[in-house]
Amino acid sequence: MAAAVAMAARGCGGVWRRARQRGAGQPGPRLGPFPRGQRAVACNARGGAVPAGKSGLVPWVPVVGLEIHAQISSNSKLFSGSQVQFAAPPNSLVSFFDASLPGTLPMKSCAFFYIMCSFNGPAGNRLLGSCTVQNKMDKVLFLFQNAVLNRRCVEAAVMTGLALNCSINKKSLFDRKHYFYADLPAGYQITQQRVPIAVNGSLSYSLCIDNKMSQMVTKTVRIKQIQLEQDSGKSLHDDTRSQTLVDLNRAGVGLMEVVMEPDMCCGEEAAAAVRELQLILQTLGSSQAVMAEGQLRVDANVSVHHPGEPYGVRTEVKNINSIRFLAKAIDYEIQRQIEELENGGTILNETRAFDSKLGCTVPMRDKEGKQDYRFMPEPNLPPLILYDAKSLPANMNHQQVINIDWIHERLPDLPSVKRKKLVEQYGILPEHSFTLLNEDGLAEFFESVVKQTQMKPKKVIGWILKDLLSYLKQHSLTVKESPVSSFLLADLLNLLEKKEISSPAAKQVFMELWKGEGKTPLEIVKEQKLGLLQDQKELEQICQAVIDGQENEVMAIKAGNQKVLNKLIGLVQKKTEGRSNPVLVKQLLEKKLSE
Amino acid sequence: MGVGIKTRSGSGRVATARLSAQPGGPRSQWAAAFLAALPIVPRGVAARWRRAAAAPGEGEGRSAGVRRRRRAGGAMLRTSLRQVSAALKDGRVTPTELCQRCLALIKTTKFLNAYITVAEETALKQAEESEKRYKRGQPLGILDGIPIAVKDNFNTAGIETTCASNMLKGYISPYNATVVQKLLDQGAVLLGKTNLDEFAMGSGSTDGVFGPVRNPWSYSKQYKDKSVPKSHSEDEESNWVITGGSSGGSAAAVSSFTCFAALGSDTGGSTRNPAAHCGVVGLKPTYGLISRHGLIPLVNSMDVPGILTRCVDDAAVLLGSLAGHDPKDSTTIQDDFKPFEIPNLTDFSKLSIGIPKEYHAPGLSSEILALWSKAADLFKNAGAKVVEVSLPHTRYSIVCYHVLCTAEVASNMARFDGLEYGHRSDMKDSTESMYAATRREGFNDVVRGRILSGNYFLLKQNYEKYFVKAQKVRRLIANDFVKVFRSGVDILLTPTTLSDAALYTEFIQEDNRTRSAQDDILTQAANMAGLPAINVPTALSERGLPVGLQFIGRSFQEKQLLTVAKWFEKQVQFPVIQLEEVKRHDSGVFQHKKSASFS
Repeated sequence: MAAAVAMAARGCGGVWRRARQRGAGQPGPRLGPFPRGQRAVACNARGGAVPAGKSGLVPWVPVVGLEIHAQISSNSKLFSGSQVQFAAPPNSLVSFFDASLPGTLPMKSCAFFYIMCSFNGPAGNRLLGSCTVQNKMDKVLFLFQNAVLNRRCVEAAVMTGLALNCSINKKSLFDRKHYFYADLPAGYQITQQRVPIAVNGSLSYSLCIDNKMSQMVTKTVRIKQIQLEQDSGKSLHDDTRSQTLVDLNRAGVGLMEVVMEPDMCCGEEAAAAVRELQLILQTLGSSQAVMAEGQLRVDANVSVHHPGEPYGVRTEVKNINSIRFLAKAIDYEIQRQIEELENGGTILNETRAFDSKLGCTVPMRDKEGKQDYRFMPEPNLPPLILYDAKSLPANMNHQQVINIDWIHERLPDLPSVKRKKLVEQYGILPEHSFTLLNEDGLAEFFESVVKQTQMKPKKVIGWILKDLLSYLKQHSLTVKESPVSSFLLADLLNLLEKKEISSPAAKQVFMELWKGEGKTPLEIVKEQKLGLLQDQKELEQICQAVIDGQENEVMAIKAGNQKVLNKLIGLVQKKTEGRSNPVLVKQLLEKKLSE
Repeated sequence: MGVGIKTRSGSGRVATARLSAQPGGPRSQWAAAFLAALPIVPRGVAARWRRAAAAPGEGEGRSAGVRRRRRAGGAMLRTSLRQVSAALKDGRVTPTELCQRCLALIKTTKFLNAYITVAEETALKQAEESEKRYKRGQPLGILDGIPIAVKDNFNTAGIETTCASNMLKGYISPYNATVVQKLLDQGAVLLGKTNLDEFAMGSGSTDGVFGPVRNPWSYSKQYKDKSVPKSHSEDEESNWVITGGSSGGSAAAVSSFTCFAALGSDTGGSTRNPAAHCGVVGLKPTYGLISRHGLIPLVNSMDVPGILTRCVDDAAVLLGSLAGHDPKDSTTIQDDFKPFEIPNLTDFSKLSIGIPKEYHAPGLSSEILALWSKAADLFKNAGAKVVEVSLPHTRYSIVCYHVLCTAEVASNMARFDGLEYGHRSDMKDSTESMYAATRREGFNDVVRGRILSGNYFLLKQNYEKYFVKAQKVRRLIANDFVKVFRSGVDILLTPTTLSDAALYTEFIQEDNRTRSAQDDILTQAANMAGLPAINVPTALSERGLPVGLQFIGRSFQEKQLLTVAKWFEKQVQFPVIQLEEVKRHDSGVFQHKKSASFS
């Protein structure tokens, strides 16, 4: 049984395998889904064919789809003028609409803009479907109508849609999604179910095989749609006093829900895809996308099936608050489902929560039962109309409309493009470009250093990744918090490049710089006498003295044992307190020995 | 095309009524003439439609005018809004006096149950403020100092807003509905909140938690003279008729002279229907013309704030002060609304009145049919083109409305979970059981029934079958109107109700759903299409109860609609309700004046 579990964990090419327990009247002791040392590992990175199953082994295909909620980085909420702020005092940022007081309608303050919307007749008529050309011609019934919506939120969604290769719907609609929950004061959420703002996109992401940075593959997940919607409030459960406290500060904040097709098959793929999305959102500035602060929330839909059979019943895993836990939660869930099925059980279409302490998923009690969200068009919001260069009416004030083409032209370089540019421009390895982009500000730091030094970028990257980054990580600092600025590091690297200091001395200077005492590398070099001996005659004399004192070694070298030369070099280094250039020392020694 | 409204006589014989209007003649004869004419309508005998000496808006048309001259401030309550506004301006009455007299009348007519909340204190304060403005010579406009009432499904800051439901009993909103705010900003004095069916779901104003509203006409001389108790054992107590609904409280308030105008709401006819039964003007403006912000919704895509007044001119005043874009309601139109005074209709040659044949619905009373026919002839004789038109899909309007209304109700009522506001059950077993108990205790059967069916229609497996289909039908209904108006028709003329007001005891024999389906039949389609429509009180029935006719106009063509309505109003000279209570109060002004003059 343990072996079988191990097999499952080793699944490849999108197929996980496990011995099917035929007629298992007494299943063995239930093992944790991830027995020590057998953690399910991303597997289909190679994307290879399904290995032929050994007899008694039936392969499983896990299917993973993601629904990602990204909080739009905006000063105010989607349909109300309330501010958006993380960790504000509870219920301090709540308008009447946010609290769903009777009679309130989705609106915004005068600081908001209007989107021109058109529909025939009263707004109610829009429920009847798109207007016919004939109706549009009817001047009596044809109106221009202004909808209310936070412009910033719409732009963020359009940017994100474009960055994810989506087609942007020039007309999108809002719907109500109904469910009862303490932090959903209206009893429904305004979302875009029927016609969302963006559809049919894709996201490319890379991941490495077997944790080797050198073996990276690129995969693509299809984006089904991006929809604008309202966030809910927060419920805080006080189990000891058995009460629930509700904070509505978050209620009504604009969200983008990115729905991914079930194109992934393990936790690591999902994690890589989410990481890439996170980078894109942060590059665009459309969301801060910090998972720990709930700005990026990922729900995973997981199912398993045998190859050639229809997809299995899926579960939805929620409460995942880091990318690491996402991978863990998905892999746990895959494993759990396989075990459940192989033990003769069935998978329930249920919502499960990931318990990060226990490392497992558990059914969410309050989300039990099949939910029917009873979607309905939101009658208080006319359609959201966007324009492109072609459809933009000539006399339209551009402040009043959103022009998709205008946004497209101004999209910043996306992470994939940035990486490509880094590789092409600086000749660094692709995997290094990933590391550079993975740390906020590191690529900029790198580029800044490169600009200020004569050292080749290929050498600079070593200092950035091996020295700077590992120091930062050791001290849990961000790039911005680094005590060594790009300017200081460039200075240091220039000293090294000009051969004024040796490599070990440079590391010593770096350590000094890290203390952040405000000294320049040159000052440190002088203070600690780390500069290389620039006087060749002095060096020659030292070399000669070493040769003179080491008769045996000289004999050995002359007899052909070149390895011994290193000992002599070391001795010279010792005498110069490391301030000699080993290459030069070697040359001098060789010259003298051959004389 | 000959205008004919086919009437079914008792014997099943179909005859065409040809009633001509003949200008001139004493005004007082009209009602009697109409009633007398009824039996002979099928025989095609013309009833005399007398031209009035003056329209109500013009001051001297009503008996009140005489008394007013006799004693300053007397009979003030029975005048129109415009007239009383002029009196305030001239100093013939002060806002405080007016307010006190209205409040006193509200107390005397308490048995009507028209008001849920009387905001005596704030009303008097508002009146005082108004008085100061008048003294400074700086009134805010025509509405300054005018006592008004608001249906209790509009939010009013500081004054309870209940929707006649246990769910919101005691609920005090922190904000004013846009329409309420606009009225207050223009100096109106808010007397109180009027009764309705719970959450405006009903057509009788009988299904609220505060009990049914009684039609003031039940206590009128006109009704008492005509109605003969069925048996001697039946006392007057069981002889009262309903107001219609759901804005029955507002209609009763205007009809019984306790306020000069009232706000109602109209989703399927809730303003026009009680207006017809209570003999007042009820205007449902075009969807999108008046803000819904603060109106507790029934069906968002059909709700409009309604206006109830004594005469068409007053409705235009209210419309002018309420219409326009509201950033808080994104379905209001952007275009500026220009308040207007209703011009006199003189040129009939370009006016085309449509008579939709489908409005000759089963159950339409013969006297209303005759009245309708007579009204058509009135226009024809004045020189207007009167044509029969067809709105073939109107007959699906009720069933379509049933699906769309309940679906939106299910959605809109979801917020009443007992957490943020309103009733919360003591049930503490779980959040879900608390929700369930709260909603069971908070809503009546009608509301719960609609929520249940609405949720059924919205279920994933039913959505296409019911909701989407109903939306398509709604489009067909709306397109019917588009076609008719495109064919050159300006205004449609229809009955507002199938009959005059029912006895309460009879009305409650049927359940709310059946009643609503029957009563909304003539008014509902205008909501489907978002069109403006108005009830104009037209005559008294055989029972001495008001009967009204409805005019439906093109979208945003309120001016044209009201122009035609005003002309018609002037022709029919609807009689003034004769109420003992009002007579007493409207003449007893000096007592109040004395106490008020020192404040």
